[in-house]
Amino acid sequence: MTPTILIFVRRVGISCIVLLGVSMLIFAIARVIPGDPARIALGPSATAEQVAKLRAELRLDEPIAVQYGHFLSELAQGDLGISLYTNRPVVVDIAQFLPATLELIFVAGAMMIVIGLPLGIASARWRGTWIDNAIRMIALLGVSAPSFVWAVILMLLFAYFLPLFPIAGRISDTFAIEQVTGFLFLDTLIAGNLAAFGNAAWHVILPAFALALSGIGQTARLTRANMVETYDKPYVEMARSYGVPDRRIANRYAFKPSLIPSLTIIGLDFAAMLGNAFLVEAVFAWPGLSRYGVSVILRKDLDAIVGTVLIISATFLIMNLIVDVLVTIINPRIRYSRTAS
Amino acid sequence: MTVPTLDIRDLRLGFKTYEAYIEVLHGISLSIAPGERVALVGESGSGKSVTARIVLGLLQLLRSARISGSVVFEGRDLDRLSARERRRLRGTRMTMVFQDPTSSLNPVYRIGTQFHEVLKRADPAMNERAARERAAQMLLEVSIDDPDRVFESYPFQLSGGMNQRVMIAMALANEPALLIADEPGTALDVTVQAQTLKLMRELVEHHHTSVLFISHNLGVVREFADRVYVIYKGRIVEQGPCASVFERPGHAYTRALMAAVPRITGGGLPDIGDEPRDFSQPLVVHESRGGHA
Repeated sequence: MTPTILIFVRRVGISCIVLLGVSMLIFAIARVIPGDPARIALGPSATAEQVAKLRAELRLDEPIAVQYGHFLSELAQGDLGISLYTNRPVVVDIAQFLPATLELIFVAGAMMIVIGLPLGIASARWRGTWIDNAIRMIALLGVSAPSFVWAVILMLLFAYFLPLFPIAGRISDTFAIEQVTGFLFLDTLIAGNLAAFGNAAWHVILPAFALALSGIGQTARLTRANMVETYDKPYVEMARSYGVPDRRIANRYAFKPSLIPSLTIIGLDFAAMLGNAFLVEAVFAWPGLSRYGVSVILRKDLDAIVGTVLIISATFLIMNLIVDVLVTIINPRIRYSRTAS
Repeated sequence: MTVPTLDIRDLRLGFKTYEAYIEVLHGISLSIAPGERVALVGESGSGKSVTARIVLGLLQLLRSARISGSVVFEGRDLDRLSARERRRLRGTRMTMVFQDPTSSLNPVYRIGTQFHEVLKRADPAMNERAARERAAQMLLEVSIDDPDRVFESYPFQLSGGMNQRVMIAMALANEPALLIADEPGTALDVTVQAQTLKLMRELVEHHHTSVLFISHNLGVVREFADRVYVIYKGRIVEQGPCASVFERPGHAYTRALMAAVPRITGGGLPDIGDEPRDFSQPLVVHESRGGHA
């Protein structure tokens, strides 16, 4: 086994343990919060017998450990229970809402990398010039306002006053796309409808950009800081004294060593977008998991809460896993050390 | 008379800061004939390294640096060349070996990739296989018996001495006219340093490469160089063939420098005041053209 695969396998194992821990924690917390889920679901007019019947159905009268055992055995069969809010299996709800959120986050993450990294590189390469100053200003602006503020500002500017982009939603109503994966980018391609694909892409730009802005700023600042440090290293002087062009030094020889410390933060930022997405989704009426999550928490919809949190944790862990693998690939020191974890 | 590989005349360097203009080099002259090994000796802060960086054209990129005088490399006045043309000379006609070999190689690229980059400076079209062959040939020359393994290694997987040899191999791979060695191997332990220097000496002799050897270590200089320039506070205070300077040091600073070489018999560091008058009286005056040694 190559070291990279070994590290990967170990990380997957650790992630599974973490996920199990998260499930216990959220399972317990959801049940400790005051309020009777059966009563909330049935409403104030329901009789005591009706509430008791639902409590029994939900196994709420059994000890919490027994409940958790049931939950685990059902989870093993891919069943997360029934949502009291939508009256559908939680798995079906998540399958419907998660892709919208993931699509938003992936586009935002891509923007963060594709815009943030080059800005950081340019800033470090032309340190002290007007280019550097301009980029630092933009980056600071990006990190200094939360994403929902940007969501509102961008919506006002580019959807309302200057109607370049649609104001809300994932796709225009005129397109009827059959849901296969739930990812509109994939579904429109499966349907072979390029116009719909374009329309979906057009819808995602503003909310994704609002979500990405602080990440872009963070990435640019971090990359700049790390590269400025790398520029003082002897190996950069060595590259210079061998006449390697500035551009190549910036994009390759100074960038790659600087990327290692940045990457972990970028990964965390990426995962943090899951949380920020709640508000951006609300502003842009984006039918994602975040909106669903807020509704089920307010209604103390136990199975749905546990299911949503588990999926978000899993996404978080997968992101971290990807970052770890990337760091391993970039950093030969980790790859070749036996004790790496 | 043959054209010298490097001819520096009345080189002055100053830095403009917010407060003042500080002159660092006060007009130094120095020349290196083809195939000649010349040492520039002095304490830290005397101006050795900045001289090397001016020759390479690196200091010219600094906006705060003010440089005057002439640096003629293989008959071409560097001052008349554009930044681009100066860059073309680096890595092809002149190369450099650094103090600490391990930190001078990029930690996240394999030796092979870095060697390829160096070879591409002379021949941009060179593919990886040709690079590998040429690198193997050069690595064998520096007594590395398993070039393939080294080619695939990262710098942190090799010892300091190995990295130093890799640096020397890289420095000579493009057959430069001038090799600048800035305190090579100072970061290595003494035996390894001596070994790699001996190797470097044999190689530059074999390739007929001129060397500007920068050091504060007189023992090393004596072994390596044909001629020596002693630099003190931005002025060259004495110069001459290695043997005669070491036999009969004329200048007070040279004598102090020699007395400072640690000896196994003890004695050693001479007591030097802050500004000894004698030290500031150069034996050779470089400021005027006629005064060139």
